[in-house]
Amino acid sequence: MAKATFKVPVLSQYPEVPAITPGSMAHSTPFQAKPEFQAALGFPGELVENWQERAIEKMGELLTRYRSLRVYLDACVKCGACTDKCHYFLGTQDPKNMPVGRQDLMRKVYRRYFTVAGRLFPKLVGAEDLTKEVLDEWYSYYHQCSQCRRCSVFCPYGIDTAEISMAAREIMDSIGVGQKYCNEIIGKVYTVGNNLGLPGPALVNTLEGLEEDVFDDTGVHVRYPIDQVGAEVLFVTPSADFFAEPHVDGLIGYGKVMHESGLSWTFSTMASEAANFGLFIGSYENMRRVALRIREAAIQLKVKRIIFGECGHAWRVGYGFLNSLAGPWDFLDPRYPVPQHICEFTWDLIQQGRLTLDKSQNDDKVLTFHDSCNVARASRMGDEAGGQFEIPRAIIRATCNHFYDMDEETIRDRTFCCGGGGGLLTDDLMELRVKGAKPRMEALNNVIQEKGVTHMAAICAICKTQFSKVLPFYGMEMDQIISLHQLVSNAIVLTPREDDDDGDEGAQSRAENADEPD
Amino acid sequence: MADTIDVDGKEFAVDEEGYLANLNDWVPGVATVMAKQDNLELSQDHWDIINFLREYYEEYQIAPAVRVLTKAVGKKLGAEKGNSKYLYSLFPYGPAKQACRFAGLPKPTGCV
Repeated sequence: MAKATFKVPVLSQYPEVPAITPGSMAHSTPFQAKPEFQAALGFPGELVENWQERAIEKMGELLTRYRSLRVYLDACVKCGACTDKCHYFLGTQDPKNMPVGRQDLMRKVYRRYFTVAGRLFPKLVGAEDLTKEVLDEWYSYYHQCSQCRRCSVFCPYGIDTAEISMAAREIMDSIGVGQKYCNEIIGKVYTVGNNLGLPGPALVNTLEGLEEDVFDDTGVHVRYPIDQVGAEVLFVTPSADFFAEPHVDGLIGYGKVMHESGLSWTFSTMASEAANFGLFIGSYENMRRVALRIREAAIQLKVKRIIFGECGHAWRVGYGFLNSLAGPWDFLDPRYPVPQHICEFTWDLIQQGRLTLDKSQNDDKVLTFHDSCNVARASRMGDEAGGQFEIPRAIIRATCNHFYDMDEETIRDRTFCCGGGGGLLTDDLMELRVKGAKPRMEALNNVIQEKGVTHMAAICAICKTQFSKVLPFYGMEMDQIISLHQLVSNAIVLTPREDDDDGDEGAQSRAENADEPD
Repeated sequence: MADTIDVDGKEFAVDEEGYLANLNDWVPGVATVMAKQDNLELSQDHWDIINFLREYYEEYQIAPAVRVLTKAVGKKLGAEKGNSKYLYSLFPYGPAKQACRFAGLPKPTGCV
């Protein structure tokens, strides 16, 4: 494990609201995007000359475009309900990480330029000019918000700090101040097709390797097809699922579920990424451009349905905005939602009795479940309220004998962010990530102590990576975080097919059939 | 992080995260110097990984997925070494990030 160059918080048995330490995270600032990363997204390469004027102009544009932003900036009555709800405040004690503190960074500028009182008597109403110092503060603290929306659950007016953070990042991008992590990644989606920059041949090589592994492991030929024209289902998943651990174990599980469903399915090199970082930087144009790849792939591959893998914010974009960003989807089968979540799909099969599951295969584990913020608070699953909470848990109960929830105050719609969401999953923000994980680590540690929990399952690539990196800082093991579909993968009893006797013909025949309709 | 590293009297440009700016510049000494900066001494076990990363990158223009790497290591060095734990014991900052840096590969980006 990497050594900590900062003080790792000590976990306590009960949540404690810390005393404030002003400025404790003022030094936290992510690397800025280089001019070439900015250009690819349609943003100026570096801070433009008349940046102040342009930023105010952009703010005015966003206030008109998103009425919610103006309402949020106007509505706060400083009641204090949000002050102890942000994981970054609880982990860092910096009052600017209180949701209201973070909102006020924009609110003071809004008041100065967009309200009568602020124009005339700025000091009386806490209005401030947009100076370089204020801009630097924005860059620091709007990259200390994971846009998880927990604060909005507790705000009596429903003020959504995530939307304010997104607007702030959009304003900064428009004057040439972008964040390296997000903007470099979006550029890779445009040039290569996914966040990681995995080219087609590397994807094919990786998937062929998985087919061999699963065959060696189970004796059943499970296919992981890619670019298969005429397949029934286009499967869109975060590229980390191909690349990282524990993500890939979930991807192996998706393939096994698809195998049992009997449907033909395919990944796509063009849409080899479910993530849409356009959301994190508040850029509708980039979010749309990223989303349109999925449409293009669906048309080219002539699929009838789209299923999304385990990715938190992708599901927010998929569930909430895919139709307006990239619809209409009238060429797909209208009997199924567009897109469908793999958890909905798996749960449907379980309910229909079409999956044979041997729960004892997971008897070496005692599970808990981490609700990912974008799934929990910005979307739904299935056709009943709260489906996004119940369906993943139902799948765990169907595949495992031992499951315990964490403290109610820290799950479902009150779930704590993993600490790495919203475009903050980068090494240059490791201190913030470790400290921001504290509330979740505390709740996890409590069920480890009290219930003997050994593993936490999640349905988001960011959560999985974040936990595998921060768990060791808190004295836990990196492999205690697992993919939900890894549990399905372990428990599922596969149905053999006719060709399972002949060694590696599977990969070969898959390659030969790649361009033929199913 | 310095913007250059010194390898046998020759300067090599690196980015703000310490990755080699020009991948074609790489010479074995780059890995040795970077490892020293991280307080690591490279053994043959490290070099096996570094060399595999470079070969894979040469062919696919990307670092291998962790599973591809562990499988290749397992085949070559024995099943007991074909896992992430072994790789982390060699590269405590992670095979995907630290070993790629030593090997002169770009940093893997995204949710990893």
